[in-house]
Amino acid sequence: MIKKFFPAVRGYGWQSVGASLMIILEGVLEIMIPFFMTKLINEGIDVGPGLPPNIDLIIKYGALMLLMAVFALIAGALCARLAAVAGTGFAANLRNMLFTKVQDFSFANVDNFSTASIVTRLTTDVTNIQNLFTMLIRMTVRNFIIMFTAFFFAMAVNARLSLVFAVTIPLLAGIMLLIMMKAHPFFEKMLSKLDLMNSRVQENLIAIRVVKAFVKGEDEYVSFADAALALKKAQLAAERIVIWNNPISQFIFYAAMVAVCFFGGQLIVGGKMKYGDLSGFLAFIGQILSSVMMLSMVFVSFIITRASQKRIAEVLDERIDINDDDADPALTVSDGSVEFENVNFSYSKNPDNLTLTGVYFSVRSGETIGIIGGTGSAKTTLVQLIPRLYEVLSGSVRVGGHDVREYKLHTLRDSVAMVLQTNLLFSGTIEDNLRWGNENATREQMESACRAACAHDFIMSFPNGYQTDLGQGGVNVSGGQKQRLCIARALLKSPKVVILDDSTSACDTATDAAIRKALRTELAGTTTFIIAQRIASVMDADRVMVLDDGRLVAFDTPKNLYETNEIYREVYESQMKGGEEE
Amino acid sequence: MSSAPKASERVARGPGMRGGPKFAKPKNTKQTFTRLLKYFKPYALTLILVTICIIAAAEANVYGTAQLKPIIDDHLAPMAKFGATGEKWGAFTLAIIKMGIVYALGAVCIYIHSRLMLRVSTGILYDIRTEMFKKMQRLPVKYFDSHTHGEIMSRYTNDTDSMREMLGQGIPNLINSLFRVVSVFIMMLILSPALTLITVVMLVLMIFVVKTLGKRSGAFYKKRQAALGVANGYIEEMTEGQKVVKVFCREEQINERFKKLNDELRKAEAGANTWASILMPIMGNLSYIQYAITAVLGALMVVASLKGDYPALLTLSVGSLVTFLQYTRNFAQPITMMSQQFNSILSALAGAERIFALIDEEPEADEGSVKLVNARLDSTGGLEEVSERTDVWAWKTPEGELTRVRGHVVFNDVTFSYDGEKIVLDDISLYAKPGQKIAFVGSTGAGKTTITNLINRFYDIQQGEITYDGFNIRDIAKDDLRKSLAMVLQDTHLFTGTVRENIRFGRKDATDDEIVKAAKLANAHSFIMHLPNGYDTMIVDDGENLSQGQRQLIAIARAAIADPPVLILDEATSSIDTRTEAHIERGMDELMRGRTVFVIAHRLSTVRNSDAIMVLEKGRIIERGDHRELIAQKGRYYKLYTGAFELS
Repeated sequence: MIKKFFPAVRGYGWQSVGASLMIILEGVLEIMIPFFMTKLINEGIDVGPGLPPNIDLIIKYGALMLLMAVFALIAGALCARLAAVAGTGFAANLRNMLFTKVQDFSFANVDNFSTASIVTRLTTDVTNIQNLFTMLIRMTVRNFIIMFTAFFFAMAVNARLSLVFAVTIPLLAGIMLLIMMKAHPFFEKMLSKLDLMNSRVQENLIAIRVVKAFVKGEDEYVSFADAALALKKAQLAAERIVIWNNPISQFIFYAAMVAVCFFGGQLIVGGKMKYGDLSGFLAFIGQILSSVMMLSMVFVSFIITRASQKRIAEVLDERIDINDDDADPALTVSDGSVEFENVNFSYSKNPDNLTLTGVYFSVRSGETIGIIGGTGSAKTTLVQLIPRLYEVLSGSVRVGGHDVREYKLHTLRDSVAMVLQTNLLFSGTIEDNLRWGNENATREQMESACRAACAHDFIMSFPNGYQTDLGQGGVNVSGGQKQRLCIARALLKSPKVVILDDSTSACDTATDAAIRKALRTELAGTTTFIIAQRIASVMDADRVMVLDDGRLVAFDTPKNLYETNEIYREVYESQMKGGEEE
Repeated sequence: MSSAPKASERVARGPGMRGGPKFAKPKNTKQTFTRLLKYFKPYALTLILVTICIIAAAEANVYGTAQLKPIIDDHLAPMAKFGATGEKWGAFTLAIIKMGIVYALGAVCIYIHSRLMLRVSTGILYDIRTEMFKKMQRLPVKYFDSHTHGEIMSRYTNDTDSMREMLGQGIPNLINSLFRVVSVFIMMLILSPALTLITVVMLVLMIFVVKTLGKRSGAFYKKRQAALGVANGYIEEMTEGQKVVKVFCREEQINERFKKLNDELRKAEAGANTWASILMPIMGNLSYIQYAITAVLGALMVVASLKGDYPALLTLSVGSLVTFLQYTRNFAQPITMMSQQFNSILSALAGAERIFALIDEEPEADEGSVKLVNARLDSTGGLEEVSERTDVWAWKTPEGELTRVRGHVVFNDVTFSYDGEKIVLDDISLYAKPGQKIAFVGSTGAGKTTITNLINRFYDIQQGEITYDGFNIRDIAKDDLRKSLAMVLQDTHLFTGTVRENIRFGRKDATDDEIVKAAKLANAHSFIMHLPNGYDTMIVDDGENLSQGQRQLIAIARAAIADPPVLILDEATSSIDTRTEAHIERGMDELMRGRTVFVIAHRLSTVRNSDAIMVLEKGRIIERGDHRELIAQKGRYYKLYTGAFELS
């Protein structure tokens, strides 16, 4: 899995290596300081009975130590800088890799991940991996170096006494890992309880009116308190294990000191060791044992971020199921004719679980086609195949006489404009949003598209007109106005085919009618597909498709359908009933 | 000796929770802190014990290290010089044991205070969370209009999380570090005032470094947060709009723009991270510089004391030197730690301040005293209050007078504005007689939903009055008023739980049979039975596994089970296709029978059979009457209605 992240280091290789080298330098220097300290005491002061202390040596070793400390400081600071550059560069690369990959996603790929999960992967998960990366180059290298060098110097100072480490290092490492491994599942559990509690709050925020309308505040409080209590218990259970960390590591550390004093003392009295050695050893204990702890922490972070690593790898590994590599770049869409030939489609790509079954139809360029059918009848699915937002399972979708797979995606989608059911405007001005349809649109083109979509008048009623700023998600306009802007945006493409997927549901009937009229007159040559709940929206179409459970059960003029198709008639009557009596 | 770093700090955060320093400062530190102290009150005894243990642990560390000097000077040196005896060995061993015991006690104290503090911190977090939620439930709808969900959510997540860090680690570490620094300093003074002078100089230098770096890193951190906000906002927006991006083939432009934002973030982040992580090596190595200088000067002092003709202030024993050097290493670490804790405590206080602000919000006003009670008609036709559920409801005044609930709602010259400036409803008068169906028609923003929001007092009117069975709705206790109304809203919200639980939301004591009956009434029974576990199917994420139409059917069942005298349907069937709507019509008719119903609908077919239809425009009722009358008027309603027909 780790290998997948290697390309993200690109561009920051030397900083990564440099940071590691600097940290090695710092580590070695930091170990040498107490080592020279022992020499200073041993050779400068504690030179032996009767001999005079060696002041020159004291100053020489002292100056050496000072120099080392200064160099260690510089090396450490450089490492911090290099590691910051490398770590953030790594993260930036990773985010870019993910983002461009997500941009390559087809609709089917997008469906595999929820929006929230993609955002988490690009933000929190990348941060986690970034922290791990920085930790790897700073902490891992540093602590390995410190542990081994300090152990080496300890051996050099006194091999017998360094046996203390042979016991304490594995003991400390073992216990730390044991505690953390044992605690890990409890933390997972705690996090799930935290999610549960948060989702309770979230739900109550979203549905506060429902809660208040049903006077459920008290009950909701009780269930929240339950969730908070469960979280409290889970947190206690998890942290109860982790808090052993400090006393135990402190205890082992103290034990090592006591042991060194005891055995070292005997060696000193026996004349086999000097005071300086004792002082040096005491410094080594701190260095070695704290690096052992750091290493086990790195290991644990590695384990903890495994989930993040996996989530990121999933995005990078996602197979893009629609590509246009074999398409002819010169091929353009010549007209707006659309044909389906025995089209089968399944979201799960499973022939036994078809969403669309055996769809055949042929639409001439310039026709207006209405599509009706109950919820789940696959109306949206059908039209999404036209701009090749999804890939057919079998059969062929043809636009302008060619299979959609023969066009470059860009060519195809520029000619087939689609207004999605869940439509979105982006932050920026109205004009910015309209330019999505045509980067180089003139003011006249924009206005005529907006007039056709019945949007011009309300845009002009805003003080800033086309320069009106829309918040994220277009919060400053009403639902119906938003839909009209989305239609205008699509019309600016001057497409051969326009698809409106329930795109006027929030507009009143008069506006709805006006838009359809404008489409018929001003985009006369354009093939138009209109999915609608309102029967009135399709009643003036040239022909209407009736979908039921993924099958095209009827395709005829509205007049004929009223006579021959029961579903059409039922929908018609459910909406037109009272009207007939007039 | 540098004490072991706290492993728990990292692990405790767990995956997914972003750590790192936050520089948001509280506005009124002292007041917030005092207020926070109140939450500690129930745990006062435990906290005293915690403090004692923290201090004891810090002192044990210092005192244990202090044993080095007597061990070297009083035991090892004489034994090395004059030879060892059994007795001397015994004394030496005893000194070692003493050191061991002090250290061991220190470790035990660490465990005790960690364990006790864990109980306190989880307890306080629980108290604060529940208090906050309880308060949140009592806030007026207006509060939720003016605060985003994200803003309120972050009180529960970020703000309590930083509080958790402060309680669990920040404060204990601060106390511990403080005592260690002070004790070490005192011990140093005792050992050698001269060498301590170096420590003082270094201390000043360290404080200077911390301050300078803190300032720098604070500035960079702000920059980073800003860049992060922009980049994350872009990620969110584009991920949300992914399908639109595909439809418009905007991938390349989007990638370009992201690359730019991403690079800006990288630069700002590299700056912030540099300053944040440079502190450790600088502080650590400053302490080594101090170590080196102390070593040389100390050694010279030892030499001086060997020669014997220097003032006592400038002399030192070997044991003292070794001990002093340990203290030197011990000194820097708590200072670094304190400088880090300080920021996290400040940011936790800022979080606490935001939490307290929510708790201090003015709750929904409720001055009503008329209660809703179950009643029974006695033999003389009079009303009698009963405790069990009956089909008859009654209003009960504080004087004990009972009035039967009929659902007679009257608006008298009601004027309303959300913000006190823009008038949303202008001088509205209308009445709904018991059992009538009143419909509101009009474009978005005409004020239809507002009218229903006033009946249940989500908002209070500024002028005029609304009466309900003759009572001003202000005089009816809010909860009871709302219990007498059931709402089905356009945006149906369901709760995590089973389908059954969601329907039961309407009335807690509903039996399973009643739930099935209500579901059948709403035509929801058949699709519910097709769900994997029928009525026990779990609904997650606001009903993501159901279609919008199915959610509305459940919401209708939820209102049906509440069985109230007044029903408000706000676009309740907008997502149900008209064919299904026609199928549930009989159920809806049954649901509405005998109740006063307010209906808001886009589809005129839904409102056609109402007793009265109000056409609203810009906050005023411009037409009213039943379908036939309005059509005959050939006014706005007629235009709307025929708008659907002009093309046929």
